Formats: sequence, C-alpha cells, structure tokens
Amino acid sequence: MPKRTKILLTLIGLLPVSMCAAAGIGAYQILPWRIPEILFFREDGFAVLVHVRFPRVVLSAAVGAMLAISGATLQGIFRNPLADPGLIGVTAGAGLGATLWIVLIGGGALGIWGLPVAAFGCGVLVTIAVWKIAEEHGRVRTLTLLLAGIALNSFAGAGIGLMTFLADDEQLRSLTFWLLGGFGGATWPVVFITLPIAIIGLLVLLRQAAALNAMSLGESEAYHLGVSTETLKRWSVFGVALTVGAAVSAAGGIGFVGLVVPHLLRLLGGADHRYVLPGSAVGGAILLVSAELFSRTVIAPAELPVGIVTALIGGPFFLWLLLRFKREVFL
Amino acid sequence: MIELEGVGYRIGGKWLVRDINIRIEKGTLWGFVGPNGAGKSTLLRLISGELLPTTGEIRLFGKPIHSYAPQKLARLRAYLQQKRDINFPFTNLEIVLFGRHPYLNGTKETTADLLIAKEALRQVEAHMFTERLYPTLSGGEASRVDVARILTQAPELFLLDEPTNHLDPRHQVQILNLCKTICKHGKTAITAIHDLNLASMYADHLLLLKEGVPVACGTPETVLTLDLLSETYGIPFEVLPHPNGYSWVMPSLNPS
Repeated sequence: MPKRTKILLTLIGLLPVSMCAAAGIGAYQILPWRIPEILFFREDGFAVLVHVRFPRVVLSAAVGAMLAISGATLQGIFRNPLADPGLIGVTAGAGLGATLWIVLIGGGALGIWGLPVAAFGCGVLVTIAVWKIAEEHGRVRTLTLLLAGIALNSFAGAGIGLMTFLADDEQLRSLTFWLLGGFGGATWPVVFITLPIAIIGLLVLLRQAAALNAMSLGESEAYHLGVSTETLKRWSVFGVALTVGAAVSAAGGIGFVGLVVPHLLRLLGGADHRYVLPGSAVGGAILLVSAELFSRTVIAPAELPVGIVTALIGGPFFLWLLLRFKREVFL
Repeated sequence: MIELEGVGYRIGGKWLVRDINIRIEKGTLWGFVGPNGAGKSTLLRLISGELLPTTGEIRLFGKPIHSYAPQKLARLRAYLQQKRDINFPFTNLEIVLFGRHPYLNGTKETTADLLIAKEALRQVEAHMFTERLYPTLSGGEASRVDVARILTQAPELFLLDEPTNHLDPRHQVQILNLCKTICKHGKTAITAIHDLNLASMYADHLLLLKEGVPVACGTPETVLTLDLLSETYGIPFEVLPHPNGYSWVMPSLNPS
C-alpha cells in the first residue's frame, strides 16, 4: 500500500477514536467504549452525551476540517507554504461582523443566530470586496489578491479595534471570548447549519486538488498544463470563504490549525494536493477535537478558549517541526 | 502548422513585439534570437496562448489559438519557462508527472503515465534523481527535470524559453539533440536562445529580433551574417565557416 494511503487511512481511523474520547472525557466521566450502550439503553449520562458533548465534538471536528483544508488550499493558490486561511480577509471580516453585532446591536439579539449570521455575512462580504478589488478584465492576479487581502485585513482589524474601544465592560468580555474562539455555544441547531456548509465547502475544495498541483509550478505553467487558472482561483476562494466563514461564525477566531496541519501532512507524505487536502481535513478535525477536549479539562471546571490552546500547542509544535526538519525538507 | 499574421503586443503603451508575420511548418526546429529584451519570450508566450495579441492573429492547425479550450491546447503545445521556483516538497517524478495533467481529467496517473514520465527522465539523464525533492536540485538539474516534464506532456508543438540556460555543454547538446529528434518525428519546436553558435548548429530557421521588430528571418546562414549581427547587437562580430558547414559566430575583440 502506498505510504500516503496508509497515512490517510490511519488518520481516518484516528478521527472516530479521538471523537469518542472527547465525548467521554470531562467533568462527568464516561468510558468511551460504553457510549453505544449508554445511547441504546438511555442510561445515566445520555443527556450529557447527546445534548452537551456530541454537538461540541462534531462541531469542533467540522471547524478543524474546514480551517485546515482552507489553509492547504490557499497555500496552494498563493504557492506559499506560509499562507493562512485568513489571507483573503474572511477571518478578519467575520471578526468585524461579530464585534459590530456585539457592540452596536447586542450579543443576544435575534437569539443564537444573530451573532453567527452577522459574522458569516461580514466575512463573505469582505472576501467579495477583496476579490472585486483584485479583479481586472475578468482576471484576478494572485499578487493583487494577496495585497488586497492584506489591506482589507488591516481595515477590518481597525474596525475590530474601534469596537473594542467603544465597548462597555460586559460587551468587552463577550467580545474577547468570541475573538479567542471556543465551542461554548455548540448546540445541535448550530451543528445542523454548519455541517452542510462544511460538506459543500470540503467537496468544492477537494475537487481543486489536481489543478492546485499544477499551480505549484506557477500560474502560467498551470495554464500551459491546461488548467483554467481563473476558474481554479474562483472556486478556491469561494470554498475558502464558505468554510472559513462558517468555521469562524460557529467557533470564533481559532488560529494555527490552517497553518500547522497542512505542514504536518507535507512532512509526513509529501506535497501532492490530492493527498494534502483530504489529509488536512481529517487531521484538522482530529487536532481541533483534541484541542477542544484539552480546553475544557485542563483547568476544569473553568474552560480555556480553544484559540489559546491551538496557539499554545501550535506555536511550539511548529517551531519544533521547523528545527527538526529544516535541513532535510523544504517547508 | 502555426501562422502569425501581423502580430503585435503592447503593454503600458510600449510595443513588446510588432509586425510579426511568420509561418512555421510541421517538423521544423525554429530559433528566436536577439538581444535581451528583443521580445523573444513575449513572442513565445503569445504563441502559447498565454498572452492575447494586441493586433493580428495566431493560428495553430488553422484555428485561432484562443478558440482552443485550455485543456485541449495543453495537449497540443507545451511551454518550458525560464525561471521556476517551487516552494513545496515535490519529488522530481511528481513534477514530471504534472505533464500528464491535460490527459487525466483529475483522475490518478496510471502505470502508463508513470512509464512515460520515467522514460522522459531517462532521456534527459535525470533518472538518477527521480525520488529527490525538486527544490534541492541545482539550476541545471532542475532545467533537465523541467524538460522531462514537457516531454511527458507529449504535445505537437514545443515552446522552449532558453532551454540551454544553466546547462553544461554536454547537457546543452543533449537537450538540443533531443529537440532535433522530436522534430524528426514530426513534432515542431520553437526555442528562444542566446547562444548563436548552438542556434546555428541546430535550428532549421532563425528569427532575429531587435526591440520587438523582426530584423531577419530564414536559414541560419542567411540570418547570422556579419552585417545583421553587428547592427542588431551593436558590437562587431566575426563570422567564420565551421568545417562541418554551419556558420561560426564570435563577437570580435578588435573592431576593424
């Protein structure tokens, strides 16, 4: 069996294991192998599992998959292994939408839907703006796309800063929590909205894998190899805006997943996007399920924002990778 | 097989090439020569369909080049770029296999594709670093792997922008011999080339450009003449007959 198939199968095997572990462990301990029994006979712990743990675990898996595959896709589009899913403005845009909503309208308005819809809408709007700025005669230059992304990112950052400045103490607290990311708001309705977006987004992005391979040679080489580069860019940005928008709306700002996971996959099995994209999706899901578990157990009964956990693990881990492999492998 | 009719390309108010009228027959090896900035690469990129001509028309097999879908076009012509930088850890075999992209429709490469790629690597003497990572290669090694990639693409028309750059004499000759063999098999090759002696030895036809305008077009003997070269490059030249029949061209040290 080829090495990459083995890696993918191992990851696919690890995902349910990590999800069961995360569903079991917590203030109320449930042994993971008793989960089917509890579900079937509705024993003690049924309510905790079904109403508290499962939505969190499923949502964190979906968010992790979306962030990681988006990171891998944008790294392919920009031909730069340091690209982050936030580069096209969707993360900062969603952050701006959320802060505007919290400070100007009130976090609780329109129930649980107001905040995520505002975040998603604003994230997508900012990405469309980035795209439109970079578009010229129906063509989008990758460099202009990158620069427009940077410009609008800083603009949205200023907006977030202004809202933070204007916020009162209570708003500031919910704003901070939102920006640091977490799954405290994970309920089934949120899962049911996020999951279809995740599936559509993942399918769209997975289809770009072969063209992204050609793109790694350069944009004109990709064209000479028969890739419709404009179509590739359009679908990729569409998929990334959709998935990252949904991820940020559901869980706030969670960094590092989109950067670390594709790298790890490349170090394990090489750069072929037909392997890196699906591998990143599954690996990102495992990573975020684990981070979510860590965030609510490490200082229990309190809960650490997941964004802090991913940065805390991601930063040193990334450095370790860098030092360990810098002589052997190009990052 | 390719016709250029009144082709010109202007960007930022400046004409990069102008008034190009050439007809390239199947099975010939063409060389585009001229000083830096003469428009050799621009002309190749126009012929590849990557750039849209400002004036005139380019036809491949009788049809305007832009009437072909990108994938169809990629099966007909391949392009070897001058510089390439790849930031991902792809192996050389993977890079060469990208040449099969126009035939795969997103499916996985078959054993046949793999054989084609390995044969191409062998032809450019790059088979010994099949599994090495492309970003770790030297300039010359990378060039050979890139040539293997466009061989794997198996097109009718090869467009090569400075294919002998970074190569030692052995591999320069090897790549050009390969072009010659390809043309003998009914394919066509156009190469932008700075080395006038290699151009003289290998090309069937030369197009001499200066500031985007054709100065001369014809067989190497008719193009590589003292007057044309001195005028185009702005330095004195010496042209001698080589014992094997082609012209031997040298910049001259002592202006006479």
